[in-house]
Amino acid sequence: MIEINHVNKWYGPSFQALKDCTTKVAKGEVVVVCGPSGSGKSTLIKCVNALEPIQEGEIILDGIKVNDPKTDLPKLRARVGMVFQHFELFPHLRIIENLCLAQEKVLGRSHDEAMAKAAKLLDRVGLKVHANKYPAELSGGQQQRVAIARALAMDPIAMLFDEPTSALDPEMISEVLDVMVDLAREGMTMMVVTHEMGFASKVAHRVIFMDQGEIVEDALRTDFFGSPRSDRAQKFLSKILSH
Amino acid sequence: MNYNWNWRIFFEPAPNGTGTYLDMLLSGLVLTIETALVAWIIALVTGSIIGVFRSLPSKTANRIAFAYVEFFRNMPLLVQLFLWFFVLPELLPRSAGLWMKQMSNAPFYTAAIGIGLFMSARVAVQLAAGIGSLPRGQMQAATALGLTTSQSYRYVLLPMAFRIVLPPLTSEFLSTIKNTSVAITIGLIELTGQARAMQEFSFQVFEAFTGATLLYLLINIVVVIGMRFLERAVAVPGYITGK
Repeated sequence: MIEINHVNKWYGPSFQALKDCTTKVAKGEVVVVCGPSGSGKSTLIKCVNALEPIQEGEIILDGIKVNDPKTDLPKLRARVGMVFQHFELFPHLRIIENLCLAQEKVLGRSHDEAMAKAAKLLDRVGLKVHANKYPAELSGGQQQRVAIARALAMDPIAMLFDEPTSALDPEMISEVLDVMVDLAREGMTMMVVTHEMGFASKVAHRVIFMDQGEIVEDALRTDFFGSPRSDRAQKFLSKILSH
Repeated sequence: MNYNWNWRIFFEPAPNGTGTYLDMLLSGLVLTIETALVAWIIALVTGSIIGVFRSLPSKTANRIAFAYVEFFRNMPLLVQLFLWFFVLPELLPRSAGLWMKQMSNAPFYTAAIGIGLFMSARVAVQLAAGIGSLPRGQMQAATALGLTTSQSYRYVLLPMAFRIVLPPLTSEFLSTIKNTSVAITIGLIELTGQARAMQEFSFQVFEAFTGATLLYLLINIVVVIGMRFLERAVAVPGYITGK
């Protein structure tokens, strides 16, 4: 589904954000990407739908090369859902309108069709009663659930999560993770940048550990948590699991 | 000071035979409003386009916007009007120049377009600042949903950016109205022009300019109140100026 082959990326002339990254996410697979801050995990996930350009290597999404100038990027991006750290709902649109905008403007669905789909998804994330509110009237956890529903409204073939719970108050993290766990159990292909090791150990098939732009470890979940091979991964795990 | 105050002068017939002195001022007021409205429409439309250019990731677009803004904001308005009115017809081919000079409404068109372009540079800077103040993630979220760049601006960035810069835009609108008085120098007999004519006919200089001042005040108050209503009407619940 997602293939990342020997990807190199630089910010400016000197700072290399990604160093020869290679990995794969199969259909229905849930892959968690973790690592210390500045390790390039967010950059990597943003390269998958070309929000960030890459300079070397290739990324292939559902058989289509992302970093090919001939690729119709808007069309390709519409097929991959993305959830951001800061939700990024559109503040001037009601919740339901947030879910309808891209359905209508990108997929060309009729307003009624989009509304029906939006209502169904809002119900699914438990926010149907808030359909006519504005994003700023909702809590962070609720906003993030709306953001997930907004991505799902496009019927994506895969979902990318960029630290979806990092900006949330602790008591709101679980409501978002619950939605993500459900999604994973339904067989959605997911690539998740997160520090939530509980989530990783519950639903991830594989865990990728990154440090300084490199994929240091790419292992099955049980192997990663049972016996991480690299020093850096061991250190990282001991730090975040010790409390 | 030997001055004969005569506030009833406004109701005395003016020597130009078109009615009272008040009618004279009011006809000037109408021309001021017409000039200001046309100029403001030009300023909003071209200012918005240039403002968007200023915020695009394209270097070419940035350069065009930079050149445009610096050209129109770094020259005094008076000089610009003189350039359009006196210099431009001389630079054009003879027939075109002659056509411009013989146009019956030349001062009106020159003033409306000249002031419009002068103000558009200011609108552009304000709008670009508004767009720049939005979180970077907004554009990324719109892009990730498959919206094209122009759709992202149309449906996501501009609706918020315009709301944010509405208060400074109010000031720019007021400036546009006041700047129309400069057009007296190219022969536009708008409100200031009529006040001066009234003073020359009647020698009641204080009354004439007090009348003009009150009329300027009146239109500006109408604009301020109108813009307040607009601000309230488009306020986003839970967001900055919204409740």
